[in-house]
Amino acid sequence: MDWGAYLPMILKGAGVTMTITLASIVVGTLLAFFFGILRVEGGPVLSTIALCYTELFRGTSLLVQLFWFYYALPLVGLSFEPITTGILVLAAHAGGYGAEIVRGALSSVSTQQLEAARALNFNRFQTLFRISLPQAIVEMMPAFGNLAIETLKLSSLVSLISIADLTFTAQSIRNLTLDSASIYSVTLICYFAMSLVLMIAIRIIEHFVRRGDVFPRSAHS
Amino acid sequence: MMYGYEWDTTTWLTYTISILPIILIGLTVTLKAAAAGFAIALVLGLVFALLRRSRLKVISWTTAVVVEFLRDTPLLVQLFFLYYVLPNFGIVLPAFLTGAIALGLQYAAYTSEVYRGGIEAVHRGQWEAATALNLTRMQTYRDIIIPQAVPRIVPAMGNYMVAMIKETPVLSVITVLEMMGLANMIGERTFEYLVPLTLVGLIFLLLTLICSAGLHRLQKALPKAGIPMR
Repeated sequence: MDWGAYLPMILKGAGVTMTITLASIVVGTLLAFFFGILRVEGGPVLSTIALCYTELFRGTSLLVQLFWFYYALPLVGLSFEPITTGILVLAAHAGGYGAEIVRGALSSVSTQQLEAARALNFNRFQTLFRISLPQAIVEMMPAFGNLAIETLKLSSLVSLISIADLTFTAQSIRNLTLDSASIYSVTLICYFAMSLVLMIAIRIIEHFVRRGDVFPRSAHS
Repeated sequence: MMYGYEWDTTTWLTYTISILPIILIGLTVTLKAAAAGFAIALVLGLVFALLRRSRLKVISWTTAVVVEFLRDTPLLVQLFFLYYVLPNFGIVLPAFLTGAIALGLQYAAYTSEVYRGGIEAVHRGQWEAATALNLTRMQTYRDIIIPQAVPRIVPAMGNYMVAMIKETPVLSVITVLEMMGLANMIGERTFEYLVPLTLVGLIFLLLTLICSAGLHRLQKALPKAGIPMR
């Protein structure tokens, strides 16, 4: 097999995979916090909407969601590039799982902390951003780390809606060379390497979160 | 027409009703694939977990690397690997079996961690008591450790089972005609994807809700102290 010709293709595919994964993780995290906080703080109507969102994206299969949005969005006049659809669906999927992580961590903050906040006359907004979230976010980190790896793995499914990611590239090279063993081995190793990089990145972020750099402490604490 | 059922695309309702029998045939394939895959994952995961605890460093390290590799690479690529590479070694399996093996392998990596966690959560005193009673390693696992680990393991296993059901649509790429593969084929022939895909999505939603409810009941029914193996 002529690696000189195929290696640049593989690297390009890996780049697309990484871009999609990172974009989905960022958008997914935003969705996760938005809907997770709504679940806990939203009152009856908003928390039900958030519940519907999480159940819908957690309960139906990702591949079904991808195809659904790929074929259905154009019907209602929303025509995106496949890559946008891919990122949005992956993000919404990750957001559904992430919202549960946020909800779980927020509800595990001890009630004494909330009572203390009330005693200090904090309003709901202050309680959330100064008491609950800074403590909960530390609890969330390992689960979000797993979710990020999961998103990287699931991003391979976007190859099925004709996005030229790593898996798609591997498929096209296989169709050219018919050398399945080497191309799929290299692809698996590429994914493994990307997972390791992602894991290290998460460890570094986790380190900063644990030090409390995300929510700076005020002069009093 | 598929499996002898004609579809009728006049309205979305008649369309849904006419393709429902076809999708339900797909549902049985989905469930069979998930059942076969989960059975493989349960057995292989336990093997991985026990090998991981082996006293021989070579074995435990190799297992750790294999498990990590399976966990961190996509199911889709593993599936292609098995489907296209195994025949090179003279192993030609039906697509369904290849799919079940791929699902089983990936989830064995997950379940091995669940087993490991469950086994490690059993109190050290239990191991010491087993040693004091002169039980062999085999007896200790069979009669002491695993029965106590099971109630701790069941909830996590159940979650993975539900997750696996939702991953079976991936098998459609290696020509396994499960629910989503069929929905896609119907879409290709009628140029009307929305109804079949929505129907499949709803069935998945229903399936996961039912499974979660069942799991919740099972979890409550399990004795906390452990289950007897004999």
